[in-house]
Amino acid sequence: MKVLVTVTEVANADDEFEISGTEIEETYLSYDLNEWDEYALEAAVRLGENDDSVEVVTATVGPERVEETIRTALAKGADRAVRVWDDELADETMLDPSRKAKLLAEVVEAEEPDLVLSGVQSGDVALGATGVALAAQVGFGWAAVVNQFEIEEESVQVHRELEGGVEERTSVELPAVLTIQTGINEPRYASLRGIRQAQSKPLEVRSPSVPGGSPLALTDLAVPESESDTEIFEGSAEETTAELATLLEEKGVGT
Amino acid sequence: MSGVLVVAEHRRGEIRDVSYAQLVAGRELADATGGELHVAVVSGPVEEFAADLDRGGVDRIHTVDCGEEFNHDVYTQAVEQLATAVEASYVVVGNTVNGLDYAPAVAERLGWPLVTDAVDIRIDDRLSVVRELYGGKAEATVRVDADSAVVTIRPGEWPAAGDTGDATVEPFDADIDEAAVKTAVSGFEEVGTGDVDISDADVLVSVGRGIEDEENIELVQELADAIGATVSASRPIVDKGWLPADRQVGQSGKTVSPDVYIAIGISGAVQHVAGIKGSETIIAINDDPSAPIYDAADYGIVDDLFEVVPALTEQFE
Repeated sequence: MKVLVTVTEVANADDEFEISGTEIEETYLSYDLNEWDEYALEAAVRLGENDDSVEVVTATVGPERVEETIRTALAKGADRAVRVWDDELADETMLDPSRKAKLLAEVVEAEEPDLVLSGVQSGDVALGATGVALAAQVGFGWAAVVNQFEIEEESVQVHRELEGGVEERTSVELPAVLTIQTGINEPRYASLRGIRQAQSKPLEVRSPSVPGGSPLALTDLAVPESESDTEIFEGSAEETTAELATLLEEKGVGT
Repeated sequence: MSGVLVVAEHRRGEIRDVSYAQLVAGRELADATGGELHVAVVSGPVEEFAADLDRGGVDRIHTVDCGEEFNHDVYTQAVEQLATAVEASYVVVGNTVNGLDYAPAVAERLGWPLVTDAVDIRIDDRLSVVRELYGGKAEATVRVDADSAVVTIRPGEWPAAGDTGDATVEPFDADIDEAAVKTAVSGFEEVGTGDVDISDADVLVSVGRGIEDEENIELVQELADAIGATVSASRPIVDKGWLPADRQVGQSGKTVSPDVYIAIGISGAVQHVAGIKGSETIIAINDDPSAPIYDAADYGIVDDLFEVVPALTEQFE
C-alpha cells in the first residue's frame, strides 16, 4: 500500500509586524511544518511501522527553503519526498484551494497512492479545503476532519470530528483522501538516527505542468482593529486577585 | 445568472445556527446582485426544515428529499444541480466541518472559485471577501475575478435571520447517481464522559496551553471548586488528553455563553474566541500582554498564572 502525505510549510507571523503591500515583511515571519500535517504524517508513519509493505511518500509545494521541513518529515519516518516547484509559483498567493490541489493532483496521478493524508488546514492561510478539492479533482473518495480511522480491504472506516463533541462514523471507499485533525495521535520527535537516515532518503523535485494563475487576487492585507478595552488589574498577585475576587463576588460568583 | 443559493446545514433533526447567518449573508449578496435568494434543504425532514428556514428575505426554498443525514456525495450532486437550475451566481455554505466536507467538491464540479472562512463580504463590481490569515493576526481582502463563486462563511460573523418570511417552497428532483456515492454514514457518537455540559454552565474556568503540565490542571480544578465553577479547556489541552473532549471550548468544540468566563493560560486563537463570544464577562489570566485573548477580555491579570491562580483560590477559602 502506498500512502501519500501532503506536507506544507507554514509561515508564522511575530506578534508585532510590518506589512508592505499585501505581504508581511519577511523579517517578521518564521517557517515551520504545519501543525495539522504533523498529525497526518504521524498517522502515515504508524501505518508503515505496522506493515512493511506500506510506503510513505510526502508531497510538498514550495521553494528550496522548504527542504529543511521535508527532511524533518523524512526523519520522522517517511520513505521519500516529492517537492513541486517552479519559480513562477513564487508570485502566487496560494489562497485558492483549487490551484493548490491541482499542483498536488499531478503528484497523486503520478504516484497512484491508495490513501492520501492531508492536514485539515494550514496554520497560516487556513483554507481548510485543499484536501477535499484534491479528492474531487482526482476522483477519490474523501472525508474531512478525521480523528480516527481504520483501513479495511476496500474502504476506510473513519470518525469525523463534528462540532460540539459529536463524532460521525463513516465508511469511505478507497482510494481516498482523509483530512486529519490534531489530537488523532501524538506526533513523535525526530530521532538522531532518523535525522541521519533522512539525509540519504530520496527527495525529488518536479515542476508542475498545469497552467498557473487563479481567479482569486489578494488586494489588501491589514491588521484587524482591536476592539479591546480590557481593564487590567495592576499590582502583586495578592492585590490583583483581591480586586478580581471583589469583581467576581459582585457578579455573584463564589458567594 | 444573479441568484444566490444558501445551503442550509442540519444534523440529527435540527437546523444548525450557522444556517440562519447564511440567510443574512446570502441576502446581502442577493441585494448586491439584484437576484433572488434561494435556499437548499437537502436530506432530513425537509418540509419541517423549510418551514423553519422561511424567514425574512428568503425568496425560494428548494427541498431535496433524499436520506436522513448529511452525506457529502449527495450534497455535492444536489447542490451542483440546484445551483445550475436556479442560475445562481453565488453559493453560500457554512464554514463548518460538514460545509468544508462538500463545498470544495461543489466548487470543483461547477468550475467556480472557492473562498473559505469569510468574515465579511462586499460587492463593488467584483465580489470581495474578507478573511483572516496568520491565525487572525492579519486580515486579507480577496477579490474574486470571476462571475460566480462558492463562499463559506464563518459562524457567528453575521446575525441570525429573524421574522417569518413568505418564501415559495418547492421540491427539487435531484438526480443522485448512487454509483458516485462513495461514503456511507453509519452513526454518531457523543465524545467524553457526558456528565457535564459546559454550554449550560454559569461560570467557566477554562485552561489552556499555559498550564504546561497535566498535573497543574489541579490548580485550575481547585479554583473552580472554590468559586463553584465548571472546568473547560482550549483545544491543545484536549488534544493532549489532559481533559475529555466534551470540555473543549471553541469552533471545533462547544460554543459557550456563561455569565463569567475565566481564561487561564489561553492565548486566544480565533477558533477559541469564536466559541466564547456569547459570554457576559470574560476575564483573562495570561502573562503575555500581547496575547489575542486580551482583545476579547473585559478584565485581565497580566501575570504568572502559577502565582495568580492559587492566590485567587485563596481569596475564596
